[in-house]
Amino acid sequence: MPRIPLTWLAEHVELPAGLTAEQLAADLVRVGLEEEAIHAAAVTGPLVVGEVVELTPEEQKNGKTINWCRVDVGPEHNEPGGTPRGIVCGAHNFVVGDRVVVALPGAVLPGPFAIASRKTYGHVSDGMICSARELGLGEDHAGIIVLSTLGIDAEVGTDARELLGLGDEVLEINVTPDRGYCFSMRGVAREYSHSTGAWFTDRGLASDAQRAPVSGGFAVEIDDAAPVDGVPGADRFVAQVVRGVRANDPSPQWMQRRLTQAGMRPIGLAVDVTNYVMLDLGQPLHAYDLDKVAEPIVVRRAAPGERMRTLDDVDRALDPEDLLITDSPGGVRASRVIGLAAVMGGGDSEVGPGTTDLLIEAAHFDPITVARTARRHKLPSEAAKRFERGVDPQLPRVAVARAVALLTEHGGGVADDGLTDVNATTAPAPITLDVTLPARLVGVPYTADEVVETVTEIGCAVGDVVDGTVQVLPPTWRPDLVVGVDLVEEVARLRGYDAIPSIVPDAPVGRGLTHGQRTRRSVARALAEAGLVEVLSYPFVSTEQLDALGLPADDARRRAVRLVNPLSDAQPYLRTNLLVTLLDTARRNVSRGVVDVAVFEIGLVTRPLAGAPVAPRLPGGVRPSDEDLAAIEAAVPPQPRRVAGVLAGNVFPSGWWGPGRKADYTDAIAAAEKVAQIVGVPLVVSADADHAPWHPGRCARLTTADGTLVGHAGELHPKVVAAHHLPARAVAFELDLDVLLAHAPHDPVQAHPVSPFPVAKEDVALVVPAEVPAADVLAAVRDGASSSPAGDVVEDVRLFDVYVGDQVPAGTRSLAFALRLRAADRTLTAQEQAAVRDAVVAATHERFGATLRA
Amino acid sequence: MRLAHVHGPASLAHGRVARNLPWKVRMSDDTPLSPLDEPGIAAAVEAALKAFDAATDLDGLKQARLAHLGEHSPLALANRAIGGLAPADKGTAGRLLGAARGRLNAALAERQAVLEAERDARVLVEEAVDVTLPVDRRPLGARHPLETLQERVADIFVAMGWEIAEGPELEAEWFNFDALNFGVDHPARQMQDTFFVDAGAGAESGLVLRTHTSPVQARSLLERELPVYIACPGKVFRTDELDATHTPVFHQVEGLAVDKGLTMAHLKGTLDHFVRSIFGPEARTRLRPAYFPFTEPSAEMDLWFPQKKGGPGWIEWGGCGMVNPNVLRACGVDPDVYSGFAFGMGIERTLMLRHEIADMHDMVEGDVRFSTQFGTEI
Repeated sequence: MPRIPLTWLAEHVELPAGLTAEQLAADLVRVGLEEEAIHAAAVTGPLVVGEVVELTPEEQKNGKTINWCRVDVGPEHNEPGGTPRGIVCGAHNFVVGDRVVVALPGAVLPGPFAIASRKTYGHVSDGMICSARELGLGEDHAGIIVLSTLGIDAEVGTDARELLGLGDEVLEINVTPDRGYCFSMRGVAREYSHSTGAWFTDRGLASDAQRAPVSGGFAVEIDDAAPVDGVPGADRFVAQVVRGVRANDPSPQWMQRRLTQAGMRPIGLAVDVTNYVMLDLGQPLHAYDLDKVAEPIVVRRAAPGERMRTLDDVDRALDPEDLLITDSPGGVRASRVIGLAAVMGGGDSEVGPGTTDLLIEAAHFDPITVARTARRHKLPSEAAKRFERGVDPQLPRVAVARAVALLTEHGGGVADDGLTDVNATTAPAPITLDVTLPARLVGVPYTADEVVETVTEIGCAVGDVVDGTVQVLPPTWRPDLVVGVDLVEEVARLRGYDAIPSIVPDAPVGRGLTHGQRTRRSVARALAEAGLVEVLSYPFVSTEQLDALGLPADDARRRAVRLVNPLSDAQPYLRTNLLVTLLDTARRNVSRGVVDVAVFEIGLVTRPLAGAPVAPRLPGGVRPSDEDLAAIEAAVPPQPRRVAGVLAGNVFPSGWWGPGRKADYTDAIAAAEKVAQIVGVPLVVSADADHAPWHPGRCARLTTADGTLVGHAGELHPKVVAAHHLPARAVAFELDLDVLLAHAPHDPVQAHPVSPFPVAKEDVALVVPAEVPAADVLAAVRDGASSSPAGDVVEDVRLFDVYVGDQVPAGTRSLAFALRLRAADRTLTAQEQAAVRDAVVAATHERFGATLRA
Repeated sequence: MRLAHVHGPASLAHGRVARNLPWKVRMSDDTPLSPLDEPGIAAAVEAALKAFDAATDLDGLKQARLAHLGEHSPLALANRAIGGLAPADKGTAGRLLGAARGRLNAALAERQAVLEAERDARVLVEEAVDVTLPVDRRPLGARHPLETLQERVADIFVAMGWEIAEGPELEAEWFNFDALNFGVDHPARQMQDTFFVDAGAGAESGLVLRTHTSPVQARSLLERELPVYIACPGKVFRTDELDATHTPVFHQVEGLAVDKGLTMAHLKGTLDHFVRSIFGPEARTRLRPAYFPFTEPSAEMDLWFPQKKGGPGWIEWGGCGMVNPNVLRACGVDPDVYSGFAFGMGIERTLMLRHEIADMHDMVEGDVRFSTQFGTEI
């Protein structure tokens, strides 16, 4: 993001004396330019102009000759009594009488390198005479800076930091995508003026002469056969020839310094000037070696299959949407690619060591074309950054004139009289603004005058107020101003967001949380209160993680959405179940020493449907048809909300009270049942011998009464436990909350009256074949008990004992049930109680051959 | 206090002693006491009273009772002998013995009460336990604070009459970008660091992991009747590597109000109320101009944070603005009739600020030691 050296900004707008970068940042943030960083001054402490008054070469034992100098640094800095400072210097490119730059003790040079008085070569050296490199002014380390060679004439004792711009703080700002013009000193200066009212001079405005037609320039044609969305790739191309320039000389010190401060590396005059003008005004420029370009230059789209070698020596396959700068060697029109418009040049036409004649280009390219090319080739250039956000189409002539002036001033040479200006730009469209709109949207009673004044200030041409509206013509550097609300923001921003009052709106009465939202909270809370800790895990998974669950090759949970650009290539899939990531979380906890782990997660999983349609591409700004909306919905994979838990190690800890209790499959099933109970859906439990990642003999399949699958719970497969380094016999559950919620009862509970009559207790122990599931026997006991002549008297049935052993025949087990019986309207008689018991025995005998245990 | 329910060593000991009671009563001499022997009866009463007083516990008192009032006691034997007396003496003897037994029973009851009270007090002392022993046999779990904070935020908006809306995390690009006025080639769309979904064979799927919860706003406007006042908390995704301040999966809450006559003043009022509810009465907000494709005017929202490290100050907290007319149009709302405001902020950042959490890792790694600090409320 752009870096703003304060002294450079001052060339465009009046800055108060002593302005700090911090204050500048505070001023700019009010109008929407946020501070990214403040880069401190390159040099702090005393750095002054000195004159060498004595110079004594002294040869050293190591064969090196040093100069023992006396340097007059002015009355303020000389030694007490006015004696010039003694300084040892290793360079030899100066003589007595030269004015030099002296860093005195206390100064800190880039590095940071602190200057102190020190003993060296038998003298006390009381400072340092500086080279350009030591001051961060460039790479020149051949000798120290002799100010006269830079054309600088300054008094002894002058502050050299100010003289050389080394005391500048640099503010780096963050420019939002709608303010491309703020990628320049020109634009930032305008905003500073808006914020503070400081006097602003727009150096980017074309003069009348720069608007006049031109002729005689280098031949250029714009020939876009395939505009993107009807917008030509280029609508302006200005070029001028400059001959006899020392194009590769170093650029002037001040320019190098400013480029460095702005974060660019000085290269040579021609390139530096194009960069400098871009940073200054916001117009990207390009300098070609005139001898290497053949007329005419043609701006065109790439042909299918066309390739080019860019400046970075990469041979690139071009896309027919790429916009190219081509020339016409040997008279063959548009036959050679010399640049990828606004993105990168080709090696052939660049300024090289022998270059003296230049063709300076400043064009205006379509933001979308540039954005796509930069993205396609992954070449985010400084020019592309600006064009993507919009560049003022009236800048090219101003920028070329400025570049040519700088080149001839610092590199000699003469510009051709002829000038190229292919101009197909169109004026911005006027906006009809309702002058009450700003007040209506912002809530501050701006007057019509205030509105007109503000939009005029940002550079708009504003007509008279007619019937409450004005015609507003936005300035060419504000392509973001298109409709009325864009101007509303300008009014609010320049008049200050601080002026906006604070009013709580009266929302209509709401319906509160939905049933689903409330129920989910209850579920989470119940699990937490049952001792499980809620965690959140990333949804990114690998094939290996799915393998570690032991999922068969054709398991539906292997059909996962894959990301194009995952953070880790190892985990490109989105989870299809919660346990796959929750088990990893459990593993992490165990590896960190939490050996008794009980965790749960509530979250979405993604279950893509095979053969789902691709979402249609639809434009913004207009409501899609119902059919299109349905097509979008159909393309978005189902994402059911799940709840899953993993328990391993002790669920109840051991302690002074005795041993703890290890988690077992019942804990997982109990947790699952608790969840279903909270939602209000009775679960049907059955064994599932074939569902990873569970133990085939210890997995419960959980369904609703109508047979809809809700999930599974039980002990994990030993291989899964081992793969995740969990304590043995870890257990888990995973339920689909959406399925449960869809089955939740919607009608209010209809309460049964509570009977005041005494309870009758009846225990029944039944011997049944061992393979009959307890749940089936329990169901039969209930059914039997309810069908006795006593009527509907069953209050509760509990299985209280399971016995396998000598006292029952082999292959059977005894299940003992405690029945609580109570009638609503009478005390049950002994005969009725016996009838219930007989009915239970009869029902279970009929279904399973059960007998009453002797 | 009733002691019937007290079970413990003291009452067990009592039962055992009772069973081992010696039934044979030792007599003072071999001559039976005559029912008419007034001095003899008086002496027996005195002896009994002495014995009752001498009993130091309930067992001793029981033995004394058996010895002096039991069926083999001198007084009982004397009583039995009344039957053999001349009718004229029966009345005298009955009165003598009745008075004696009455006196002894009263004394016995009195002594019994004293000794029982002593025993009860002793039992309570003996039953004392160390109540400071650790009792964490059933550990409490915890909610994840990011979830409870989202619920807290939801409650604040529900209290204002708003509703809570939700939507898919894997979302159609149209909802995530186009409906929200992000042009296909707009730099803002590129700046979102989006996870894209592979449709296979290099094809575009038109799906992304949502980069913000704003698509829920578009869905809500399409589905709901106007006016709409909704908050959308939820998970969002950006291609940031996990470090101390970034995470590729994080949470936002966004708000949207679309109604007739809404202004930025209503936006500011809503935000001010919200921050006071979350951060306390001193909290307030400041708006700064900014840019978002889905709002115009747009603002960054700063939060005045008294607990800021290094002294109270403003910190960046979220973005907001007036809903861009293009967004309203995309959702079938007429921007000439309705206006709206929207805002969004990060739940992680809010949690970090509110609870001085220095490192994002703690919030995302699922270490139970992190969640456990927060319990079930926030």
